[in-house]
Amino acid sequence: MGHGGGGAMSAELVENVFAPAFGGRVLAQLGDSAVLELGGARLAFSTDSYVVRPLFFPGGSIGDLAVNGTVNDLAMSGARAAYLSCGFILEEGVETAVVDRVARALGAAARVAGVEVATGDTKVVEAGHGDGIYLNTAGIGLVPAGVDIRPQRAVPGDVVIVSGEIGLHGVAIMSVREGLEFGVEIQSDCAALGGLVEAMLAVTPDLHVLRDPTRGGLAAALNEIASAAGVGVTVSERAIPVPPQVANACAILGLDPMYVANEGKLVAFVPREHADAVLAAMWAHPLGARAAVIGECVTAHPGMVVARTPFGGTRVVDLPLGEQLPRIC
Amino acid sequence: MTAGQPRVVVERRRVAVRGLVQGVGFRPFVYTLATELGLAGSVTNTGQGVLAEVEGRPEAVAAFCRRVAGDAPPLAQVASVEHEPLAPTGASGFAIAPSRTDGPQLTLIPPDTATCADCLAELADPADRRYRHPFISCTNCGPRHTIVTGLPYDRANTTMAEFPMCPDCAREYRDPADRRFHAQPVACHACGPGLALVMPGLPMLDGEEALTEARRLLRAGAILAVKGLGGYHLACDARNGGAVARLRRRKRRGAKPFALMARDLGELAGLVRPGPAEVELLTGPARPIVLLRRCAGPSSGRPGSSSTPSDAAPEGVAPGSPDLGVMLPYTPLHHLLLAPPGPGLLVMTSANLSGEPIVTDDRDAFARLAPLVDAWLTHDRPIHVPCEDSVVRVVDGEQLPVRRSRGYAPLPLPLPVPVRPVLAVGGDLKNTFALAQDGYAWLSGHIGDMDDLATLDAFDRAVAHLGAVTGVRPELLAVDRHPGYRSVRHARAGAGRREVRTVQHHHAHIASVMAEHGLDGGHPVIGVAFDGTGYGDDGAVWGGEVLLADYDGYSRLAHLAYVPLPGGDAAVVRPYRTALAHLRAAGLPWAAELPPVKACPEDELRVLERQLERSLNCVPTSSMGRLFDAVSSLAGVCQRAEYEAQAAIELEAAALAHGPAEGYAFGLRPVDGALVADPAPVFAGALADLAAGAPTGLVAARFHGAVADLVRTVCRTARERHGTGTVALSGGVFANALLSSACSRGLTADGFTVLRHRRVPPNDGGLALGQLMVAARAAAGSAAT
Ligand SMILES: [Fe+3]
Ligand SMILES: [Mg+2]
Ligand SMILES: [Zn+2]
Ligand SMILES: [Zn+2]
Repeated sequence: MGHGGGGAMSAELVENVFAPAFGGRVLAQLGDSAVLELGGARLAFSTDSYVVRPLFFPGGSIGDLAVNGTVNDLAMSGARAAYLSCGFILEEGVETAVVDRVARALGAAARVAGVEVATGDTKVVEAGHGDGIYLNTAGIGLVPAGVDIRPQRAVPGDVVIVSGEIGLHGVAIMSVREGLEFGVEIQSDCAALGGLVEAMLAVTPDLHVLRDPTRGGLAAALNEIASAAGVGVTVSERAIPVPPQVANACAILGLDPMYVANEGKLVAFVPREHADAVLAAMWAHPLGARAAVIGECVTAHPGMVVARTPFGGTRVVDLPLGEQLPRIC
Repeated sequence: MTAGQPRVVVERRRVAVRGLVQGVGFRPFVYTLATELGLAGSVTNTGQGVLAEVEGRPEAVAAFCRRVAGDAPPLAQVASVEHEPLAPTGASGFAIAPSRTDGPQLTLIPPDTATCADCLAELADPADRRYRHPFISCTNCGPRHTIVTGLPYDRANTTMAEFPMCPDCAREYRDPADRRFHAQPVACHACGPGLALVMPGLPMLDGEEALTEARRLLRAGAILAVKGLGGYHLACDARNGGAVARLRRRKRRGAKPFALMARDLGELAGLVRPGPAEVELLTGPARPIVLLRRCAGPSSGRPGSSSTPSDAAPEGVAPGSPDLGVMLPYTPLHHLLLAPPGPGLLVMTSANLSGEPIVTDDRDAFARLAPLVDAWLTHDRPIHVPCEDSVVRVVDGEQLPVRRSRGYAPLPLPLPVPVRPVLAVGGDLKNTFALAQDGYAWLSGHIGDMDDLATLDAFDRAVAHLGAVTGVRPELLAVDRHPGYRSVRHARAGAGRREVRTVQHHHAHIASVMAEHGLDGGHPVIGVAFDGTGYGDDGAVWGGEVLLADYDGYSRLAHLAYVPLPGGDAAVVRPYRTALAHLRAAGLPWAAELPPVKACPEDELRVLERQLERSLNCVPTSSMGRLFDAVSSLAGVCQRAEYEAQAAIELEAAALAHGPAEGYAFGLRPVDGALVADPAPVFAGALADLAAGAPTGLVAARFHGAVADLVRTVCRTARERHGTGTVALSGGVFANALLSSACSRGLTADGFTVLRHRRVPPNDGGLALGQLMVAARAAAGSAAT
């Protein structure tokens, strides 16, 4: 996994290499997307690159990911994505039929997400210098008036909600990439969350934080929020929706579902007074049908995420490292 | 000494006694000794120890200087006696002078100590005013460490401050000739703490009524929370199988053995047969839990399949274990609770959830233990410092600490070389930390597993408390090199501007044995560090290491060959995974009839094969602990570990039951200047034995023999190359008495000096001592970074 693993190492690169090199007030927010003032409008702007293997997997493809990933990054600022750019980096020799399939998947995903691919680019690299196809997308969207959603806004008392079952994408990718058979096919949860966020904002514009727990999973997302806002986060292990097939696969492989990637889920930090209504709105949306309150934001243990175990213990949930090393001596 | 005897010569000397000489009745002892010898003078406490001036006949002065160390009270530990001549002053009479608090402080708080024989006699004497007083104590016994809230060690700075002494107790407290002179926890029925029995939905009982009802409940099979010295215990009648099973279920304890408390040695007849060294530990002032081989152990080392042992304790107390962990009563309350008609044998297990700190606070006890217990036997003397029971075993006639806590903490360990003020944070599981400065290190008691937020809080409180009572202000922090250890992150977060140095895990293990044996580091040792897992400098998980080490650094002489550990900690709890990984690494097929293959569910087996093939979440490891797991699984002994080292403990039991056998042979080949020990031939040998229908015990015994032979061979090679004749054995694997004895015997026969742990545990509970020796020696040059 290394520096791309979404864990402590990537955070280190952004903090120690990119932020000092680029300077700028906006990057310093270190959010998934930037919110910019431009010609009187508030724009959310984000870019992401997609290097997933395999290109096609149960529940989606690199094309779906390239749309939904960027759309979701914008949605986590409360913005509905309007336009996407799309860059294809093709490895010499990749079959046209494969490129076609990816392009069509990408187009279809864009239509579902309600976003238009407005500009694009194609480059070809020598054989052996890429894994078939790499994609990069960037997106812009408008942030509605009165909406200010950032990790820094988490405050003690906020209720922490997750929009559905976790761990599906990471386990689906791994099982096809590594040829693991878990008995039942596990499908990626890859989906665009703009509509769900709109439904939540319809209840109240005052959502404090939204985050899509992609690389590094729920553990990384919650840790980033806790340290950005300087608050503690307490979750209940029992409340976190983990589908049985994910729990089983993780148990066999020795993984913690909290660290496994998702591509169609969000975590929300919502003021307590709006929590019930927001939750009801999520339940009413197909992508939030299994939404659940998993915890709360607290003043204790600032910067730390703590999980209450079913046995009444309190386990510290760390930012994931490159790899999970055993500690039992 | 008769009045009127002519005084020919008179001599006066100043005598300075250092060590653990305060809070242990040392000044009254000096007073009595001087008076008995007809000496005049005075005695006082200073920040450095006890200072006496004695004047009288030269032979009496000489006798005093000799006996002040030799006849010291039981709890005292005299480190040194220095004396110098003074001009006689012609003084008469002997006085105890007020404490002098000038000068630097090296006050040592004594550990908590088991009720002494004198107090027990009073407890049983209907004529005594403390007859059946559950809090009887004196200068020779009782709570110390756990009730101290600050310094100086005075009643006002203990949790006894809220119990003003009655006139009778005050008189004893002030009388230098009394056994209770300045005994801070002194109390009686009139002024001391009181008992209470709390039962849900019933009126609270106190005093004798509480005690009587508690005993009745225990006899009836109830589970009680009992407030002790360093925390609450969960107690039930050990001979009541239903009660034991219920406790195991409620505590979600898995198969982990429970500690027992027996009324007296007689109560242990038929259960265990303690030898002289073990009896001394069982009945001594520290009163640890002593691990003792049971008289009739499980026949195959397999839980559930054993024949009914001849002992009267149900198998459920310690299923599959070759040992019983036993202690004798150490508080007056314990003595009263276990006295006839009993029960005379109780399960006494720490009241906590796995890995969490022991419950000490009353409100916590009522809230958190409610799902576990039927009633609470408690009292109103607060516990200020949590302290778990210590655990020891005897190996070859010597004490081997397994957990160093109550009765030992916070006694300082003398260091062979001075160190800078340092906090060594220890490891992540079974955490124990240490503070040290100059020539002493203070090890904390057992803290717990650092996964847990409550443990991290307990760690911070314990660091602050130990800092307050020792005066050590650490300017340096020593931590493990594991990037994922919470202890490391926690230390860095709290380090401020202080330097943090990392120490390699196994280097710290070896340094800890060297330190407790007083080695100054001038010559390297051959360090055999066998444990479960420790982060290696190459990013792999080490654990079967032979190092050429001093405090400055180490080189890796030999190690086990790397095998993938599929799923990290998942393999640790399911030994069959490690066995399958080892078989695959050895090129041996996963034959359907092999125990690990049978134990692995079919879908898991399929995925595991791919996982190993693709090296997915598979850290390479050279762990000896995991090799024990793998062989335990292969031999069909243990497939799922419900507590730490269960597979290894049950493998040891099987080997013991079988008796010694010729060892399998490891492969040995040089790689990059180190010897790599390949277990493949061991597995091949074990498979051949199993195929030939050999009993489990033979495989277990031949494996133990193989490891001991390996140690011997590698050490001989090391001596040829490096001329080093001292071998230090450390790491949790050396809690295995059979292996420790076999290694020591072989090495001694080869002419090596063998150093084994006697004062700190070989497991990670001793890690902090090694960390501070590597990181904080005052002399320059350090392997820590
Ligand atoms: Fe260790
Ligand atoms: Mg993203
Ligand atoms: Zn006593
Ligand atoms: Zn009294």
